[in-house]
Amino acid sequence: MKKLVMIGNGMAGVRTIEEILKLEPEQFEITIFGEEPYPNYNRIKLSNILQGDVHFDDIIINPLEWYKDNNIQLYTGEAVVKIDTKARKVLSDQGREVQYDELIIATGSKAIILPIPGANKQGVTGFRDIKDCELMIKLAKQYKKAAVIGGGLLGLEAARGLLNLGMKVDVVHLMPHLMERQLDRVSASMLKEELEAQGMNFLMEKETVEILGDERVIGLRFKDGSQIEADLVVMALGIRPNTEVAKNSGVYVNRGIVVNDYMETNVPHVYAVGECAEHREIVYGLVAPLYEQAKVLANHICGRETEPYKGSVTGTQLKVAGVDLFSAGEIHEDTTTKSIMVHNEYEGIYKKVLIRNNRIVGIVLYGDTKDSTRLFRMLTKQEDISGMTSVSILQSECSGAINDGDDVASMPDDELICGCNGVTKGVIVESIKTKGLTTLDQVSQCTNAGRSCGRCKPLVASILSHTLGNQFNEKAASKTSICGCTTLSREEVIEEIKTKGLTSVKEVMNVLEWNNEEGCTKCRPAINYYLGMIYMDHGMDDRDSRLVNEKMHANVQKDGTYSVVPRMYGGVTTAKDLKKIAEVAEKYHVPLVKLTGGQRIGLFGVKKEDLPSIWKDLDMPSGYAYGKTLRTVKTCVGSQFCRYGTQDSMALGIELEKKFERLDTPHKVKMGVSACPRNCSEAGIKDIGFVGIDGGWEIYVGGNGGVDLRPADLLCTVKTKEEVMEITGAYLQYYRETANYLERTSKWLERIGLKHVQEVLADKEMRQALNERLDKTLKKYVDPWNEAIQSKEIQDKYYMTHIIKVGE
Amino acid sequence: MIKTIRRIPVAHYSNLKARTGYSIRLDDKEIALFKVSNGRVYALENRSPHPKGGVLSEGLVSGEYVYCPVYDWKISLVDGKVQEPDNGQVRTYKIEIEKDVVFIVL
Ligand code: SRM
Ligand SMILES: Cc1cc2nc3c(=O)[nH]c(=O)nc-3n(C[C@H](O)[C@H](O)[C@H](O)COP(=O)(O)OP(=O)(O)OC[C@H]3O[C@@H](n4cnc5c(N)ncnc54)[C@H](O)[C@@H]3O)c2cc1C
Ligand code: SF4
Ligand code: FES
Repeated sequence: MKKLVMIGNGMAGVRTIEEILKLEPEQFEITIFGEEPYPNYNRIKLSNILQGDVHFDDIIINPLEWYKDNNIQLYTGEAVVKIDTKARKVLSDQGREVQYDELIIATGSKAIILPIPGANKQGVTGFRDIKDCELMIKLAKQYKKAAVIGGGLLGLEAARGLLNLGMKVDVVHLMPHLMERQLDRVSASMLKEELEAQGMNFLMEKETVEILGDERVIGLRFKDGSQIEADLVVMALGIRPNTEVAKNSGVYVNRGIVVNDYMETNVPHVYAVGECAEHREIVYGLVAPLYEQAKVLANHICGRETEPYKGSVTGTQLKVAGVDLFSAGEIHEDTTTKSIMVHNEYEGIYKKVLIRNNRIVGIVLYGDTKDSTRLFRMLTKQEDISGMTSVSILQSECSGAINDGDDVASMPDDELICGCNGVTKGVIVESIKTKGLTTLDQVSQCTNAGRSCGRCKPLVASILSHTLGNQFNEKAASKTSICGCTTLSREEVIEEIKTKGLTSVKEVMNVLEWNNEEGCTKCRPAINYYLGMIYMDHGMDDRDSRLVNEKMHANVQKDGTYSVVPRMYGGVTTAKDLKKIAEVAEKYHVPLVKLTGGQRIGLFGVKKEDLPSIWKDLDMPSGYAYGKTLRTVKTCVGSQFCRYGTQDSMALGIELEKKFERLDTPHKVKMGVSACPRNCSEAGIKDIGFVGIDGGWEIYVGGNGGVDLRPADLLCTVKTKEEVMEITGAYLQYYRETANYLERTSKWLERIGLKHVQEVLADKEMRQALNERLDKTLKKYVDPWNEAIQSKEIQDKYYMTHIIKVGE
Repeated sequence: MIKTIRRIPVAHYSNLKARTGYSIRLDDKEIALFKVSNGRVYALENRSPHPKGGVLSEGLVSGEYVYCPVYDWKISLVDGKVQEPDNGQVRTYKIEIEKDVVFIVL
């Protein structure tokens, strides 16, 4: 077997290896060196990590098993320092020597760090890899103020991320406009306005000349003498290809490692691909062209006939929430261009298409990028547009959303769907048909579409559904199994439970052939919930399939102690209850007594062994501060006392809490009741919120005050308290029956749609049936604290530490 | 010094419920005792090796593994090894069962 060695374990290089394995799985014995201590990951998503949407684990493209399965010898955390092109071997920084027949250099690039005084201080970083992200996330926890130098794509994505991490961010830019290489003046100022509204502060036309501070950075000084404070400085000025190893080993380097149309360097059997390579005097910094290079190189190395690589036109977009922009080709008018322009200031939409000799040569879209794929195709294909009107060029003005079926149908086969991976509609349709694909995941695996930035996924899904026609099953297409113990999805598990009449967690795992006999911490609590939801009046809860808080009926804390939060319905208490709480706190030396954010009192730092006796002394029901169930119903004082109150919010809150407490739900549920729109109980960020108005109640749903802050939507307005109870019951039950386990109502509502829920609840019979099932379910619950007090067995099993004296 | 091996009776086998962790204190040591579905009994130090880890006796038991209740590390009851992708090891104790009495061997 021929020996293939690759230096660099990044996106372009590993894609080349994937392409090679597709063509010739057996031809090479492959070795890869990667300086970073990780398998190949999706660098593009680093922005999303900073912005908090995804985790490091989610961005691994090729897990370690992939290397193993394909017999690839991978050395991570190990850099190649020298290539001996005569003896055909490479030397690593750990002294390892590996022989090669063919060598691929795919070392990517590094962030440019300004060569100014202070650039090496602590707290100064580029934005290139996982290590940089980890540093930013860490510093954001300790410090307040960040400066990003560079107002281009990377700089703005970094700045957005730092805002999400809670820092104040100044963006320092040398030029008068942001992203001056992709945007013209108008679109750049629209972008700036939007980002300012999101909280970014811009310092334009400022040249940084010094980084201030002792060991750590404390600020920046500019050429005009002004200064700003900064505890973290991110340099996002651009990238410089990693070429040292090549250069020192006699490979010809200009700006990048110079290659021909087959990605060959000047040295035989040595190739370069990706951001480290310079082709026809261009070094690319986006994955789309790099993946084209990867394909050509793979074919060439495998000895296949292939079209040469002739260079690429690239389009860019910014991955910042709330900003839709696309740009490709030329951006500035000159005497030889004509432009079509739409500028709708009111809606914040700007579109410009530059035309030369009846061909599109440049596109700038801001605020509405639906036309981007079509225009980009016309640009790359150099289509003659002389027969078209300007309206039909900027089509989406009149035709609405692109991802409905009709648009997909009328799309030509060569329309580019996935820009990152160069995948056209034709290729997707072809592989769906010939390979019988039915899910989005399969399409991604087979065609690569969607495997990089991910923005094409909705379009790929429309093509999938359009191609399969009525065979298309939306549920199956987006199928994800509930955990690694099974391939079944939530829907399939529920269906099987119902048709096969399975009644225990154990039975479900057995009959449905779980590959891990007793499941894991993901599936067991989920199955237990689904069973309890399906069998309304059975008391067959599997307590040992619940996680610690729900199993113990108390919140475990960092030191292994627990917290106790008794019910205080609607946040209303009495002197008698307060006395009991005070006495218990004293008697058991409770370290912390605190008003919680849920309008009640918590006792924190309680020893496990003391739990049953504290509950006994309190003689109050559990507040379920630990459960996937109804937590609190916050209320305002309302019409009983407040001069603005129009309704009795406390009474409604108490009634709601008494009715729905203890109910198992897919995730926790919180409510709030205010007696007027001043909304003192914050009903607008609760799972279900009620706002009193003259003669009735507004019911709000899907609010969240936690990680992903989301204002609630108005579900409906009703007149009486009875209607409130009826709608709330039906809504809760519909959530219980259709949500994935651990899906909060805000996420669930976004997934299935407010409209849909409104339609369901508008149907009287439906409402009634839902409420019947709910009421039946509610009957089975008993107070868990009282149960524990009564049962020696429960105490022995869960709450006792058995103390045994050793020796005398 | 002569090292003495001590056998300490800690529970009656027939009283132990399967898939449950019991917390047992022997002097200054806290030990988690588990009986798993196949009937075997294991004893481990009652703390996950995660720096902020939790009390193992309160974790979810699956086969011959327990999950740390706080950080969800999967830990083998047989040898105390933390499973990939995390790593670490919990101290294990030998168990002997005679008649109906479960002994921990120190
Ligand atoms: C005690 C309390 C903080 C306080 O001192 O006030 C609290 C304490 C905890 N919260 Fe909270 N939350 C408390 C009110 C809130 C609120 C405010 C509210 O309810 O009005 C929120 C935001 C509102 C919301 O949920 O939409 C809140 C959002 C969270 C979240 C994020 C949920 C989300 O969907 O984004 C978590 C994490 C989770 O549930 O996965 C969380 C998780 C936790 C846990 C259970 C963490 C854990 O798993 O161990 C904390 C237990 C601490 C302990 O030692 O017992 N807590 N938590 C509050 C108890 C209220 C109560 O009486 O029951
Ligand atoms: C935050 C961020 C956002 C981005 N967003 C987008 C986007 O939206 N769209 C887009 O198309 N592109 C985007 N990019 C660019 C894209 O990630 C890169 O173009 C792509 O990763 C380049 O692939 P590569 O294989 O050439 O280099 P890399 O992915 O950088 O891989 C090179 C690897 O080689 C290693 N290496 C270097 N020298 C050695 C050595 N001597 N020995 C061993 N290993 C070595 C490096 O450590 C590195 O892991 C973004 C980049 C960043 C940083
Ligand atoms: S929400 Fe309205 S009624 Fe309730 S306390 Fe506030 S102002 Fe008064
Ligand atoms: S367009 Fe980026 S993954 Fe498809």
